[in-house]
Amino acid sequence: MQHVSPVREPLVTGGKTYHDVTQDVSRQVEAAPNIRWMAALAVALFFLGIFFYSVYRTLWYGIGEWGLNKTVGWAWDITNFVWWVGIGHAGTLISAVLLLFRQKWRTSINRAAEAMTIFAVICAAMFPVLHMGRPWLAFYVFPLQNTLGSLWANFNSPLLWDVFAISTYFTVSLVFWYTGLVPDFATIRDRAKGPIAKVAYSLLSMGWKGSAKHWSRYETVSLILAGVSTPLVLSVHTIVSMDFATSVVPGWHTTIFPPYFVAGAIFSGFAMVLTLMLITRVVFKLEDYITLEHIALMNKIMMITGSIVGVAYITEFFIAWYSQVEFEQYAFINRATGPYWWAYWSMMTCNVITPQLVWIRRIRYSIPATFILSIIVNIGMWFERFVIIVTSLHRDYLPSSWAMFSPSWIDIGIYVGTLGLFFTLFLLFAKFFPVINMAEVKSVLKYTVDNGPTYTGHDPHHAVHQPATHGVPASAPVNHDKHD
Amino acid sequence: MQESPKYWKGVEELENSPEFVKNALTEFADFLPMKETYGSSDATVAPRRDFLKLMGFGIAAATLASCETPVKKAIPYLNKPEEVDPGIANFYASTYFTGQDYNSVLVKTREGRPIKLEGNPESPITRGGLSARAQAAVLSLYDGARLQHFSIKGQKADKDRVDQEIRSKLAGAGRIAIVSPTIISPSTKKVIAEFTSRYPGTEHVMYDVNSASSLLRANNGVLPAYDFSKADVIVSLAADFLGTWISPVEFAAQYIKNRKVSSEKRTMSRHFQFETALSLTGSNADVRVPLKPSELGGAALALYNAVVGGGAGASYKNEQLTKAANELKAAGSRGLVVSGSNDPAVQTLVAAINTALGSAAVDVAAPSYVRQGDDARMDRLVNDIIAGRVGAVIFYHANPVFNHPKGAQLAAALPKVGLTISLNDRRDETGSLCQYAVPDHHWLESWNDFEPKRGFLSLSQPAISPLFATRQAQDSLLTWAGNPQSYYNYLRGQWQGVLGGDFQKAWDKAVHDGVATGTALPAPAAQITPAMSAAAAASAIAAAPKGSGTELYIYEKVGIGNGSEANNPWLQELPDPVSKATWGNYVAVPRAMAKEKGWEQNDVVKVSANGKSIELPVLIQPGQANGTVSIALGYGREMAGKVGDKVGANVLPFATVREGAVVYSANVTLEKTGATSPIAQTQTHHTIMDRKPVVQEATLKQYQKDPKEVTEYEKLVTPEGKVMPGKVSLWQDYEYKNHHWGMAIDLNSCIGCGSCVIGCQAENNVAVVGKQEVINRREMHWMRIDRYYSSDAHKSDFEEKGKLATYAAMEDPSENPSVIFQPMMCQHCNHAPCETVCPVLATTHSTEGLNQMTYNRCVGTRYCANNCPYKVRRFNWFSYYSNEKFENVNGHMFTDLGRMVLNPDVTVRARGVMEKCSMCVQRIQLGKLEAKKQKRRPQDGEIVSACAQSCPTQAIVFGDMRDPETRISKLLRREDGERAFHVLDAINVQPNITYLTKIRNTEEVRNA
Repeated sequence: MQHVSPVREPLVTGGKTYHDVTQDVSRQVEAAPNIRWMAALAVALFFLGIFFYSVYRTLWYGIGEWGLNKTVGWAWDITNFVWWVGIGHAGTLISAVLLLFRQKWRTSINRAAEAMTIFAVICAAMFPVLHMGRPWLAFYVFPLQNTLGSLWANFNSPLLWDVFAISTYFTVSLVFWYTGLVPDFATIRDRAKGPIAKVAYSLLSMGWKGSAKHWSRYETVSLILAGVSTPLVLSVHTIVSMDFATSVVPGWHTTIFPPYFVAGAIFSGFAMVLTLMLITRVVFKLEDYITLEHIALMNKIMMITGSIVGVAYITEFFIAWYSQVEFEQYAFINRATGPYWWAYWSMMTCNVITPQLVWIRRIRYSIPATFILSIIVNIGMWFERFVIIVTSLHRDYLPSSWAMFSPSWIDIGIYVGTLGLFFTLFLLFAKFFPVINMAEVKSVLKYTVDNGPTYTGHDPHHAVHQPATHGVPASAPVNHDKHD
Repeated sequence: MQESPKYWKGVEELENSPEFVKNALTEFADFLPMKETYGSSDATVAPRRDFLKLMGFGIAAATLASCETPVKKAIPYLNKPEEVDPGIANFYASTYFTGQDYNSVLVKTREGRPIKLEGNPESPITRGGLSARAQAAVLSLYDGARLQHFSIKGQKADKDRVDQEIRSKLAGAGRIAIVSPTIISPSTKKVIAEFTSRYPGTEHVMYDVNSASSLLRANNGVLPAYDFSKADVIVSLAADFLGTWISPVEFAAQYIKNRKVSSEKRTMSRHFQFETALSLTGSNADVRVPLKPSELGGAALALYNAVVGGGAGASYKNEQLTKAANELKAAGSRGLVVSGSNDPAVQTLVAAINTALGSAAVDVAAPSYVRQGDDARMDRLVNDIIAGRVGAVIFYHANPVFNHPKGAQLAAALPKVGLTISLNDRRDETGSLCQYAVPDHHWLESWNDFEPKRGFLSLSQPAISPLFATRQAQDSLLTWAGNPQSYYNYLRGQWQGVLGGDFQKAWDKAVHDGVATGTALPAPAAQITPAMSAAAAASAIAAAPKGSGTELYIYEKVGIGNGSEANNPWLQELPDPVSKATWGNYVAVPRAMAKEKGWEQNDVVKVSANGKSIELPVLIQPGQANGTVSIALGYGREMAGKVGDKVGANVLPFATVREGAVVYSANVTLEKTGATSPIAQTQTHHTIMDRKPVVQEATLKQYQKDPKEVTEYEKLVTPEGKVMPGKVSLWQDYEYKNHHWGMAIDLNSCIGCGSCVIGCQAENNVAVVGKQEVINRREMHWMRIDRYYSSDAHKSDFEEKGKLATYAAMEDPSENPSVIFQPMMCQHCNHAPCETVCPVLATTHSTEGLNQMTYNRCVGTRYCANNCPYKVRRFNWFSYYSNEKFENVNGHMFTDLGRMVLNPDVTVRARGVMEKCSMCVQRIQLGKLEAKKQKRRPQDGEIVSACAQSCPTQAIVFGDMRDPETRISKLLRREDGERAFHVLDAINVQPNITYLTKIRNTEEVRNA
């Protein structure tokens, strides 16, 4: 139960009814794919093809197909990994943390954000496997019983923590996402006309009936999963940051990394959510659900996390100076003025300076500006990881081993390939899954629409449904769309 | 139970005769005791479990059978050869000499095939050291480019037919020439003499690619034996005696003897080097002065004037030269001047200075024989061949078409010679122009004797039976001379006169030891034109024209040498000690010239002189004399084999023959072509950036004052005061109950020659990756030698110039830098950062302090390499033994022939795994097992890592640090708090490798 102030701006505009919600969201799923979607999918599949080709080259010939060398043992692989994991942060944050904080505005974006999380983590997970010299032995990292004696995974290694962190995060995110999807699948199932759709969505909806018991369990599971995933939002990137923080490499060996990485992850995650939502919103005509207010709120979060990251960048320099450790100092001087200065300054510009533009209200509420900003932040955050990884490694302790890194075509291919993978998955999701959580949006409809939901009754089969008391989440409307 | 209908398979079954019953029972084998096990009353019903078992077996068997199993031809010995025990290595003493440097070696053989060469500690000359080239020679044995049979005009031919034809042609040949590099084998010389007496028109001409002809001429045809350990002041006029000049392994050992310091011996020799290119020797010198090749004569004259006095006015003036002269005079007989110049006048002056000093380091009574080439005779012969005055030429390991300045003319003339025979091991530039190819055995397949120095004999013995249908050259010559004796018997016969006494016993001992004392070569007669007088030399130099324009200096590289072993990929990939460049030569250009002309590193320039030109990339070389460029010889082979062909360009055509001596310099013009060609360097950042924790050096004065002051130790502040980082730890330390292996590396003794790099490569099956992969910074060497130049900028400039500007300036080496070498390999840290980060425990710590790699377990995350502060870990980016990209350069891992060189005790690493120095764990294990068999502990010195074994200067001491009586323990105790330091001590990884601070006999240390 909660009270919503009547002065609050409505979260869904356009005077939508429950039925409109169902109609608007299900339309994408039920209608034939439009040409724009097909074109987008074709592009995504092309990049997916590049991904498969690059992976084939990597697996067949070896990691030597990449641009790495004896000094720089990680570059684009781990950069991409951290970048994708970071992007995967917003989904959980939106669905879990905002759920716990009862931020109702999240309802219209959480589905897509969670989907994005899942797909981003899938993309991210490609890299720890692909970057291995012998990925077919990747199962060695699991603490499996074996017949080879006392072989066991090394629990000291942050890479092992990564394995647990990422797999836990992925599992929980997936379950959370799927749980949220079940009622919506049921809606689509009930509306489905084609035989395949009927079977498919009834399988996906797992026999959801919309009964009070189901809703009660649904709410409980959501809350529990939110509780479980909230620490994960912090832990995953904390552990990813420990890949670097626990090492001895100057520029990596930093205690500030965990909070800095988490902030950075949320930062980049929100940027990616914005990029995707702005496109989805236009393509699927969901302007009433993803409003300017949403965009402004997300911009604010982006600006805050961006500032945290900026402070972290500056703190690193301060600590390098304060520590009086020669190697540390050189690592940071080299970062800003060495051969990779352009990467560093790209990062600073994209991540620290540009998000500050959000202070300006017009930019905060401008769709084109936000879109450009979100892309810039994504670029900036990619550079952040590149800067941390490559500029630290390429000139570490012994000057004799200093080297430069330049990517090979396969490096680039795998990176754009994962973008292809991501967008392929996302486009399939957007076409076949309800991109907005209908059930939850309906729950915020009545106190966000100026006069509460109305029933125009343009659906002849639609029975008049008395709205629940003001402020009570509407949990019932799902099945009212269809009564045979 | 319902009765099933019954069918009979035939009348026999219906009748059920006893015979049928018996057959029916044996139709299926007894091994499936279904009935007994399951007690089924009906034998025709197979229980489900058996069905499943059989099906499972069937599927498994079918699957296995369909897998292609490699055919392994392990054929047991029918009669086991004496001495050969599978899995146990045998060592045979032998000798490496291919006309360049002499090395006494021990050949390590496994199951009858040589797999590694080690220095022979019995040798009084090389004292267990081994040059990089000698180390690599074992790979040349298995070179697929070697000729595998006799041939006539490139067609395989029968041995008898070849012999018959050659003998008949020789008989009518008239003037016959045998062309060879220096031969130090007394018996071979006898064979040639015998050949000459059979064919009286024969002339034997020796020539050296990097000739010492003028040195011989200046000393009355004698090559003085030098002993650098007897010199306190060494002045070298362009003699690279630690790298390429005459006998570098021997000289390095002598030189270092007088350079090693300890708190008991706080003196060391002083070394001045005047040279054009920054050589290995120059980088070890205390004082190095760059000069142009044309100034060398002036410098020699100035030195002569200053030390001896009375020469003509010298055009060359240099403050350091005056200092050198004064110190030489003060040192008297403890002074030594050497010169690598091939100018008779310079060598005459040098000889005169040494005589005037009464230098104890020069011995002309027991001279060296390793350079006997006579440029004048060779030039005459080449001219005669070109003019068609020679009837037959036999090339015995000589390849003048490639490596003589007049090679091109010779190539044109050779087809016109009546009889041309090549005894060379491959169809090389010269051999391919010869009518007959009668390939010689590899020296590891041959008997031979050597006298590198008067009174010192040495032997080589076959360590493997000949791989191909070749014949030892001496046998060929004997056959043609009509002597039916085998060379082995001939050799023994010769030695009978030398060894005397109980010959068989003495012979066995000589074969066993590989070395003997005695002399067999006649003292070289002074048949060469007597040396000019010092006065004449002085005036010749004074009168010599001054150099003009850009001067080219032609030098030899430590790895490739004269290019005869250019098809050896280990040598091609051995980084040049100074420039760290691999795979090819380049134009070494001083920075000032590059700046002036607007050249960048890797820009291709066209070098032209005398109407000839070559194109090579530019390498900006600190220390290169202004107005000069240097190019290494030995590159640009056309017919060496898959590895060596078309690597670099041949610079020898620029050399000229002047007054009977080859001049290794020329005036050239250079012109940028606009193309670029990347140079494959293993190190691309050249200065130390003032990082004291990495490498330390101090002056002798500081050391003499207080040995405790020369090394800077980083200390940590604790409540108990400042302590060494190793004393503070959050970790639980390992307890070493049995052994604790470690190494101490004396930076004062390391000359940077790279012998250990090849020794390690041979021992540990380290892959060769080729030029492109070196450019990609992916060389696989487990052992490398870091080389740092000093810079003019220092941290002390921070306040004045600002940090950013200073750091940027520190990246630039000085114009004429001081150089420091630091061998770097896995430091086997006791708190290893690599061990903690491996997710699968593929790299772990042993109970004896080794950081070990478990290749089978490695999944290849490369985290360990990233976290290694020393960057010594090497990743298998590709499958170097099967990826066709590496077939040319790493061919020895692809063919059955080449694979014979692999050390069976060391795994060939698979793609995708990390590898690194194992401290030769297989050698440690072997030593421990040997000791265990004898129920004792391993003795100190019994177990030696490959790098320590091959080090000519014994800069690396390997041993058990837990035993207080070992050399290493004593050394570390002695040097503790003085010169001993760990690299990057403050990060507290606690390495098992300790370095000793370098001490320079200079006024100041420029690296700090």
